[in-house]
Amino acid sequence: MTTNEYFTSDVAGSLLSLQSVVTEFRTESGTVRGVDGVSYDVRPGECLGVVGESGSGKSVTMMSALGLLPPSAVVRGGHAYFAGDDLLAESERELSRRRGRDIGVIFQDPMTALNPVMTVGEQIAESIRRHDRRLSRQAVRARVHELLSDVGIADAPRRARQYPHQFSGGMRQRVMIAIAIANRPKLIIADEPTTALDVTIQAQILDLLVRVREEVGASLVLITHDLGVIAEMADRVVVMYGGRVVEQAPVDALFHDTRHPYTQSLLASLPRMDQSTERLAVVGAPPELPPTGTVALPGSGAPSGDHRLVRVGEDHYVDPAYASAERIEVTS
Amino acid sequence: MSEIVAPVALASSVPRELSPRKLALRRFLRHRLAVVGAVALLLVVLAAVVGPLILRIDPNLVDPLAIRQPPSGEHLLGTDSAGRDVLARLLAGGRVSLLVGLTVALTATVIGLVLGAVAGFFGGWVDAVLSRITDVVLSFPTLIVVIIIVAFTGPSITTMILAVGLFEWPTAFRIVRGLVLSLRDQDSIRAVRGLGASTTHILIRHVIPSVVAPLTVVATILVAQAILLEAGLSFLGLGVPPPTASWGNMLNEAQSFTVLQSMPWLWIPAGCAIAITVLAVNFIGDGLRDASDPRSRR
Amino acid sequence: MAAFLLRRLLVSVAVLFGISLLLFILVRTMPGDPAEMMLNPIGFVGDREAALERLRVQLGLDQPLPVQYVRWISELLQGNLGYSYADGRPVAEVLSERLGATVRLVSFALVIALLVGVSLGIIAALRRNTGVDYGLSFVSLIMISVPPFFVALVGIFVFGLTLRWLPTAGMGPPGGGGGFMDALYYLLLPGSILGLMLAGPYLRYSRSSMIEVLGQDYMTTARSKGLSSGRIVLRHGLHNALIPLVTVVALQIPVLFAGAVIIEQLFSWPGVGRMALDAILARNYPILMGFVMMIAVLVLLCNLIADVLYAIIDPRIRL
Repeated sequence: MTTNEYFTSDVAGSLLSLQSVVTEFRTESGTVRGVDGVSYDVRPGECLGVVGESGSGKSVTMMSALGLLPPSAVVRGGHAYFAGDDLLAESERELSRRRGRDIGVIFQDPMTALNPVMTVGEQIAESIRRHDRRLSRQAVRARVHELLSDVGIADAPRRARQYPHQFSGGMRQRVMIAIAIANRPKLIIADEPTTALDVTIQAQILDLLVRVREEVGASLVLITHDLGVIAEMADRVVVMYGGRVVEQAPVDALFHDTRHPYTQSLLASLPRMDQSTERLAVVGAPPELPPTGTVALPGSGAPSGDHRLVRVGEDHYVDPAYASAERIEVTS
Repeated sequence: MSEIVAPVALASSVPRELSPRKLALRRFLRHRLAVVGAVALLLVVLAAVVGPLILRIDPNLVDPLAIRQPPSGEHLLGTDSAGRDVLARLLAGGRVSLLVGLTVALTATVIGLVLGAVAGFFGGWVDAVLSRITDVVLSFPTLIVVIIIVAFTGPSITTMILAVGLFEWPTAFRIVRGLVLSLRDQDSIRAVRGLGASTTHILIRHVIPSVVAPLTVVATILVAQAILLEAGLSFLGLGVPPPTASWGNMLNEAQSFTVLQSMPWLWIPAGCAIAITVLAVNFIGDGLRDASDPRSRR
Repeated sequence: MAAFLLRRLLVSVAVLFGISLLLFILVRTMPGDPAEMMLNPIGFVGDREAALERLRVQLGLDQPLPVQYVRWISELLQGNLGYSYADGRPVAEVLSERLGATVRLVSFALVIALLVGVSLGIIAALRRNTGVDYGLSFVSLIMISVPPFFVALVGIFVFGLTLRWLPTAGMGPPGGGGGFMDALYYLLLPGSILGLMLAGPYLRYSRSSMIEVLGQDYMTTARSKGLSSGRIVLRHGLHNALIPLVTVVALQIPVLFAGAVIIEQLFSWPGVGRMALDAILARNYPILMGFVMMIAVLVLLCNLIADVLYAIIDPRIRL
């Protein structure tokens, strides 16, 4: 039962509303579209999971909105409305005022994401000071200690004076979280927060994220390729492939009412205890960066640029090519 | 039952695979400075090799009646303090300076290659000892060391070549050693060894090809340095001994203020010759480096 | 870290001994009587020949070489480096006299090289792949390609002889005297040329170091905090970029001394470089040996300083 209703952004009701964001990379062999017309919303108070494999554009989309792209990348089009203002239209100065204050980012590899020659306390403090210059030094220091304790680092005053290399991987990620939430942002972006960590530590960090989110009352965008994490943490999910959104749905619908073959193959690649596994082929092949033309997923004839999603269920949208397909059961 | 669809070919066209060498050549040529440098160097070499044959003036012919003459129809660049034709000496000096530069660079590269390969391959205490020695050699300024050596043995071309070559190998050593070390552990090498390939075979077929590219870059840098060093030493009177002409010792004349001020033809040509040659070599070296390093985005 | 430094110190001492041994062997193959070298030849009262004989016995010149070496080293360590063939003065005295002039020259040059080279390199890195960058890279390439003595000659020609702005010989006004401004005046031309010699490499090093730092993840983190780009570059970028640079600078100091040899010759600067060159021409071996040992000590000292500096600046090594 499908209707021909297309997905439309809800700027007023969303915290962050991305509309047709297009980002290109300059490479040696030409220009590549890393993000090819991506639209989705982040609602207040929710945890949105953004899923895809490497090269799908899931991180680049967010970084485009925040203006944190590397020099070789350029945003070519689209809008990113945050609390009514289009981030993509703002100047660097205006954007920099938002970063760290309204939006906090947690990066993937805490090993390289922290400055090795600055103390951990100083790295947190400078974010605080940047957005509130009136605070006294003691106040800032107190806040730093408070944050460190919040994220589960004991003996905060001593630890604050130490350098990143003196912390373990999990501890470093806690520090990154502390930096991200230092100014109680409304939106937290976590870009593969647990990928670089041991499995045993991953659970701890995820728990921490949940707790922190509740305390601060922020929305969380969880970018990852790990569907297990999504299943645990996300309220809604956006699935990306080849620089586009192929499906978005509430987490339950995504797992039990999968419409897109790519999503299906992602799910099927999760090992299940109760079934024997057979060889698996992923549908289609992700475009090698850099492709010089359009990406053709099997079945879809839509040319680049026009890929609005079609509604197939409650809050559930998918690439029109698969809108009328039969429900795909996730079996092996 | 899920539909498993075979991977579909992309509708796009992927650029045809270029061999690494072709890619490197293309990048080199795109580097306009490198091309300019190559052309310039070619001209210099040509002048040095063919020039004396065309000019047909003896660079060592002393003419006491024509001392320090300004450029004229007979002597295109004038004459020096002993009445010798400056242009002839410039061309002859070019031969000497270029030859010395090349020989030194080659010596240093070969020594560095051999020692580096040995150190990387055998590891252990051999590596430790060689690396330590390299560190020590590297930290001594070549000019001073060579000056000291020449002080004890007297200036001559051979001394200079040996001395400079003996102190310039650390750069090549480091690169080769690093490469050999990383190669040694690569699976491709292990696989080949597992098939029973001998050490020589590995060295020739696997190590040498990957070493060639960075070594070429090092060699060009060494050539540039060697030419500068020879010039400096000859200028101080400790390099190529007169009457043999070299660009360096031609500049020796300029130490007198009279010459410096009023006889520019005696020293400016030689100095410019050195500058242009070394600049050209450096351009080429830069181009080579950018061309062979796949991830250099400058 | 203390253990590391101690080890380096011991190795340095070992190397120093090695060099002294080489030197000893080298000198023994030279013509010249070591006893002559050690006994002040001028102003000696009395029968010098007899004294020489006694000295020879005392020095154990009839002893096996290893013993002689030990004796020589012990003399060395007590500060007796022999006596100059030219004027009979103790080598140690001559060295310390001339060293001051060279240090003055080299320090000035180092400051210039750092100011010009590092700042331009950082600018080039910040404006990477723009016209400014290409221009600066080209300039640095020229700077390292043109032979330094040619630059010096041109400098003398333009500034000294033609424009007559700056003096071209000596360290101060003839006849001594002169104050601070005079000293600076004389220092300007040779010091600047020497400094520009080294500015080229410094420009390249600092540029590549800065470029690498700019591409690091923690720079993106800094941006994500909303910090101003000025603060990001200065506080985050510079510190990290300077770490490898500091060691490079320390290790390049011997090269500065090498360049000083040429500059001193051209500008008649009364430093150790010119002293060495004169000694070579005059076969003044005691002076030469003293020079060699001095250079060896300098090099090893710079290496040690580089290690210490690296440990101080990079907290990863320190703690």
